[in-house]
Amino acid sequence: MSRVLISARGLKIRFGGVIAADGIDLDVFEGENLAIIGPNGAGKTTFLNMTTGYLRPQAGTVSFLGQEITALPPRAITRLGIARAFQIPQLFLDQTVIENMMIAAAAQAGELSAFRHLLDLPEREEMEQLLDLVGVRAFAERKAFELPEGQRKLVDIALALALKPKVLLMDEPTSGVASSEKLEVMDILTAALRRTQVSSVFVEHDMDMVERYAHRVAVWSSGKIQFVGPPAEILANDEVKRTVIGI
Amino acid sequence: MSARSSVPRIAVLLAVLAAALLPVLMPSWATLVTLILAKGIVVLGIIILLQAGQVSFGHAMFFGAGAYAVAFWGKYVGAGDLALFLVIGPLLAMALGALVGLFVVRYREIFFGMLNLAFSMVLWSLLEKLYHYTNGADGIRVARPTLLGMAFTPEVFQYVLLYLTLGLVLVVSYGVQRYLDSPLGHMLRAIKSNETRLEYLGVSARRILLVGYVISAFLGGLGGVLVAVAQQIATPEFAYWTKSGEFVFIAILGGAANAAGAFAGAAVFEFVRFMAAAKLANAWQLILGIVLIVIIMYAPNGLIGLFRQKKKPAGAKP
Repeated sequence: MSRVLISARGLKIRFGGVIAADGIDLDVFEGENLAIIGPNGAGKTTFLNMTTGYLRPQAGTVSFLGQEITALPPRAITRLGIARAFQIPQLFLDQTVIENMMIAAAAQAGELSAFRHLLDLPEREEMEQLLDLVGVRAFAERKAFELPEGQRKLVDIALALALKPKVLLMDEPTSGVASSEKLEVMDILTAALRRTQVSSVFVEHDMDMVERYAHRVAVWSSGKIQFVGPPAEILANDEVKRTVIGI
Repeated sequence: MSARSSVPRIAVLLAVLAAALLPVLMPSWATLVTLILAKGIVVLGIIILLQAGQVSFGHAMFFGAGAYAVAFWGKYVGAGDLALFLVIGPLLAMALGALVGLFVVRYREIFFGMLNLAFSMVLWSLLEKLYHYTNGADGIRVARPTLLGMAFTPEVFQYVLLYLTLGLVLVVSYGVQRYLDSPLGHMLRAIKSNETRLEYLGVSARRILLVGYVISAFLGGLGGVLVAVAQQIATPEFAYWTKSGEFVFIAILGGAANAAGAFAGAAVFEFVRFMAAAKLANAWQLILGIVLIVIIMYAPNGLIGLFRQKKKPAGAKP
């Protein structure tokens, strides 16, 4: 068995009357792509928010490689090696794509200079290669706001990869991407993850994507994990079919 | 960067030549041009904060800190040297900036602006009320300093101060441009467009803003030293909220996308005030108000933005 990267134990959080996490126990292993599925409001994004420090659980712990990270702010957790891509791409829209990437590279390398030109940092080539890897190098000199949604999504992921994380958490990587492009985006993405040896956790609503790309699936339901297992088994489960897939 | 480097070099060169040569032809303008340049340096600090989307309504506190560093030196230590003032004024402002910054960088937008205003009014009250030390509203006279040990007559000194200020303008403009193009400068701009993502890159937005804030306090202090020496006085007015408002006004007038905007704005502001005060006595605020309304309605990127707007139609043609 490969080693455990993220380990969540007994996570609980409630927002008013809604219980978004009711005792979540989950391990994320090195080298895997773990899919999180479940109906809207089941607490999938809340789980990502708790593991990245955006929300602090009311009970339970999150640890990363054995170190407890429950109370840490997002930037500290990011620096430890958990990166995040967002459902709605979070870019620096007024800056060019390559500037976006170089900001991430400078952050990762700790090059907080006030005199060196951002684009002259030694990571420039590496960042261009990363844009190449996710297939958006052609947009490097464009302002981020000029990009179509699908490309922004890929840049958002490239930004996360620029941090050289051990694990990448993605919230619906293919939402907002035209259905005809979903496969292509996911192919690019999983290839990039393999190449950079980054493990991943992704929230996904499209079961084709889950079947194709996940090594393991966790099914969320009302703040609890209902099932965990290999995609073939989980997607064939009658209850999962009824509650999540809606057949 | 295209937004920042869009002012034609020839325009910058002409402006520098005008600032250097016009006062030779018209000696009465030497101090006016010095004040324009010194205020432009302070406004440069406002422009830095605007990169992060933050407006400080209290930046006059750093302007006042620089001016009073000079004034107190004269009052308590004795004759001073301009070179020394140019070190202690900005350093005092930076120290104040670091202290105040620790509080204000936790807030954004209107809260950031108002907290700055509050801090500046505390400083103003102290300068006004601690009469025994500050002479209250009368302010403290600033004697003409030497420069590197050399003493000058008033006629010569106004030119010495002018060219020294012009030199400093070139140095700080270059420095600010370098800063805005650097990783720290880009992260500062990132606070405006997406602070959440910045945190998720492992960067503390507060720390990034604090660096920008201290640099802008430095520029405020530098401008304060130059103005106090040019006007030979420091008064609590230097730190008053209307002065802070004036700096923000100039930044919007000139345009925040380029360092040149600070100086273009300061030039128009002081020139209109100078002319209107001579010809229309009490109407200069009215005229400046109308100028600002016109700018906001027809040139939202300020005077400096006009360069870009003009260029666009030509570039749009295939």
